[in-house]
Amino acid sequence: MAEASNAVEQHDYDVIVIGAGGSGLRAAIAAHEAGARTAVVCKSLLGKAHTVMAEGGAAAAMGNVWPEDNWQVHFRDTMRGGKMLNNWRMAQIHAQEAPDRVYELEEWGALFDRTADGKISQRDFGGHRYARLAHVGDRTGLEMIRTLQQRAVQLGIDVFMECTVTRLLKDGDRICGAFGYWRETGSLIRFTAPAVILATGGIGKSFTVTSNSWEYTGDGHAMALWAGATLINMEFVQFHPTGMVWPPSVRGLLITESVRGEGGVLRNSDGKRFMFDYIPDFFKAETADNEQEADAWYADHINNRRPPELLPRDEVARAINSEIKAGRGSPHGGVFLDIATRRSEADIKRRLPSMYHQFKELGDVDITKEPMEVAPTCHYVMGGIEVDPDTQAAKVAGLYAVGEVSGGMHGSNRLGGNSLSDLLVFGRRAGENAASYVTGLSARPRVNESDVLAATEEALGPFENPGAENPYAVMKDLQEHMQSLVGIIRKADEMERALKEIERLKDRAKKVSVQGTGRAYNPGWHTALDLRAMLTVSECIAKAALTRTESRGGHTRDDFPQTDPEWGKVNLVLRDSRGAIDINRQPLPQMPDELKTLFEEGK
Amino acid sequence: MSHDQRLRVWRGDASGGDFASYSVSVEEGEVVLDAIHRLQAEQAPDLAVRWNCKAGKCGSCSAEINGKPRLMCMTRLSTFDPGETITVTPMRTFPVIRDLVTDVTFNYEKAREVPAFTPAGDNKGGKFRMQQVDVERGQEFRKCIECFLCQNTCHVIRDHEENKPAFAGPRFFIRYAELDMHPLDTLDRRKMAQHDEGLGYCNITKCCTEVCPEGIHITDNGIIPMKERVVDTKYDPVFIGLRIGRRKDREVVGPAGGTGPSPIKRPGGAPTYKPEPAASTSTALAPAPPRVQDVAGRVASGASAAATTVTKNKSAMPAVGAAAGVGFLAWAIRRKRKK
Repeated sequence: MAEASNAVEQHDYDVIVIGAGGSGLRAAIAAHEAGARTAVVCKSLLGKAHTVMAEGGAAAAMGNVWPEDNWQVHFRDTMRGGKMLNNWRMAQIHAQEAPDRVYELEEWGALFDRTADGKISQRDFGGHRYARLAHVGDRTGLEMIRTLQQRAVQLGIDVFMECTVTRLLKDGDRICGAFGYWRETGSLIRFTAPAVILATGGIGKSFTVTSNSWEYTGDGHAMALWAGATLINMEFVQFHPTGMVWPPSVRGLLITESVRGEGGVLRNSDGKRFMFDYIPDFFKAETADNEQEADAWYADHINNRRPPELLPRDEVARAINSEIKAGRGSPHGGVFLDIATRRSEADIKRRLPSMYHQFKELGDVDITKEPMEVAPTCHYVMGGIEVDPDTQAAKVAGLYAVGEVSGGMHGSNRLGGNSLSDLLVFGRRAGENAASYVTGLSARPRVNESDVLAATEEALGPFENPGAENPYAVMKDLQEHMQSLVGIIRKADEMERALKEIERLKDRAKKVSVQGTGRAYNPGWHTALDLRAMLTVSECIAKAALTRTESRGGHTRDDFPQTDPEWGKVNLVLRDSRGAIDINRQPLPQMPDELKTLFEEGK
Repeated sequence: MSHDQRLRVWRGDASGGDFASYSVSVEEGEVVLDAIHRLQAEQAPDLAVRWNCKAGKCGSCSAEINGKPRLMCMTRLSTFDPGETITVTPMRTFPVIRDLVTDVTFNYEKAREVPAFTPAGDNKGGKFRMQQVDVERGQEFRKCIECFLCQNTCHVIRDHEENKPAFAGPRFFIRYAELDMHPLDTLDRRKMAQHDEGLGYCNITKCCTEVCPEGIHITDNGIIPMKERVVDTKYDPVFIGLRIGRRKDREVVGPAGGTGPSPIKRPGGAPTYKPEPAASTSTALAPAPPRVQDVAGRVASGASAAATTVTKNKSAMPAVGAAAGVGFLAWAIRRKRKK
């Protein structure tokens, strides 16, 4: 600790955005354009956030490929995909505003793939009735983050890169800033700002097999909870059906749903297209029950039903899981995803270039010639900070949440492609509302010095710790427990065990110490601090999952395999109560009648 | 199927450092970044390394592996002999922060100078119409993951700190090319690309293209066409090119970004990519540790055997660069006409 002092550098803003992925950048742009002095704070370099990993596209009912598409159809698909547990108002706003947000990207320089008549092209994805995803090959997320990054730079928005926020600061009931440290030097930093927008993404690092990067430690979820906000739907974790399984070093790495959108099919070791055996009643009416109809659908969506490979992600992930358990898996414990026999080499390379590249480079597999091996991987958390659907305001004045860290929009299961559009739609709303909240304040809240002192002690604690726990080892154990006990298929006794393990890990986490030369770019220290949020979030997931005694969307109970209509009426809301986590059932907001009629057609 | 992999990793910071030797157990199919992570978890918890996606999509884990600029997450251990010692050093062109992490602020400052895409008139609400074939040219450049390996390998700024203020580098030349090729853009950035961003310094040795993990044809599809577009206006012998089939209504612009304090914040103050006197006397570029005076010589003598083809004869010659290709032709024609 020799080289860095305990001095805390201070910066004043109107709005601080924590996280520089799609939602954070979109929020910052909106706040800036609304006149607020805005800064973005992010753990990585600008442009490296998890949004770059998004591949398939941004769902928006522009109707460029199928003029029949409109926001009502998109809204309906989203709600049904989330098994009706979504916040209807968020789903409605999302479906209505997504097209304009996508056009906006184009006006800022994004180059989407085009239709023959020069419009933005749209592709098919699971759970979407029409081809709806605006895309750029299979690197849509990169295009989106680059566009937003370039826009933010053009506007001159301040950016604090490689700067980790560890605590939100409050003045009474209101947010007044945030505290953190520079990764590069380990020196401490505080922001005073009446409004903080959390855009910190998800929690995937709590699991062993995940498509998420190191950043996904649930910082925003945990900090909001500690600051008095509520979390909602935390039991719903999406396991993406198709992650890589071989070689071991890339286990969990995402294989885009576009492979199936472009015609790829799933087969078991007998070569059978097994998804026809797993069509749930809920989706029977709109899903093809034979290969002929399924294949005809790609060219004619109106007279054919969708292939079962394009069911929502929760259904496909469960089906793959069952096939593997039944002993019909591939050599390395997955199933086969076959595009090679379905599309020409040129088409595959043009439509799925990064998949081709990824398998060639990392797996020695040529996907134009052989099938891929795939298995479910932890991908996304539907749960998050409970927010007002129109403004994205959390339950603490001055706190906003957007993107994966917010909850409600996707219900119990998110449809592919709805994430990128979610970031844009609600990013803009959060930014605008945070800015107007600040404008409306009569006095700016003040930072309490004792809170800063406490945050400093907490951040530097691991250096003082005489204990000998290795932070990496604690993290690895947490991931293994979550993976095996609170994973894709859940049971009461296993989750109870998980909660006990989490308590034990909390004790161990208190004893982690930091080795090495000091605070400057010391990843051991960073990991030690990340553990706090990971443990909090893991506990939230396990507790909520144990409480919900039914199976729905991303939450599958072996001991309660049925979907229970009574559980369909409530969300689980979590709250921090002096270090313990309280769970409450909260009735779902009621959808107005004119929207209810959209679900009555029986289609 | 696991084996013990020997690694030499540069450890240190701006004040100096040295190679540390490790042996770490690795599994089949693993990449260099896996080995580095295992080192971190088991032997060197404070080993600094930047990474995110581990899938070649974010461009964070750039380093020099046996002297070759690579992404650690896309370099499979199976491409080396099991008995071989793999040497990992940070990118040489940027100031080292710690171990394998460098300060790449230079690139973010250069990004600020790019005048943004500016479409004409009212385009709100999905009015853009572009053909796939037209957007594909720009799309190739937008595949860039900003790993900055092209910047790192470019000899104009590698070991030429003094060129940094005047030179934006390959990553940004393809950005200028992308904007110039955008069917709906209305700005003319050619003059500034040449005068302010140092396009002319590039003498198309293609080192950038060679190290691009995305396989972008930086030189052939980006820089050379951009140079042609520059000479088009600058050296056009008959001024016909200016008038036929050209977009005439484009506004000529200079660098963006303004003169105020940089929005790219750094610990304790403003960014510091400002040139410092070039300290290195090293002629070998591989395996190249950061520019720390006392280490440079030792490395040059000790480890240059692994030098790769990336570092052929290169020198920064702005005059040659500017007139390269078509420019030279234009000059020759004009000369002939005078006679």
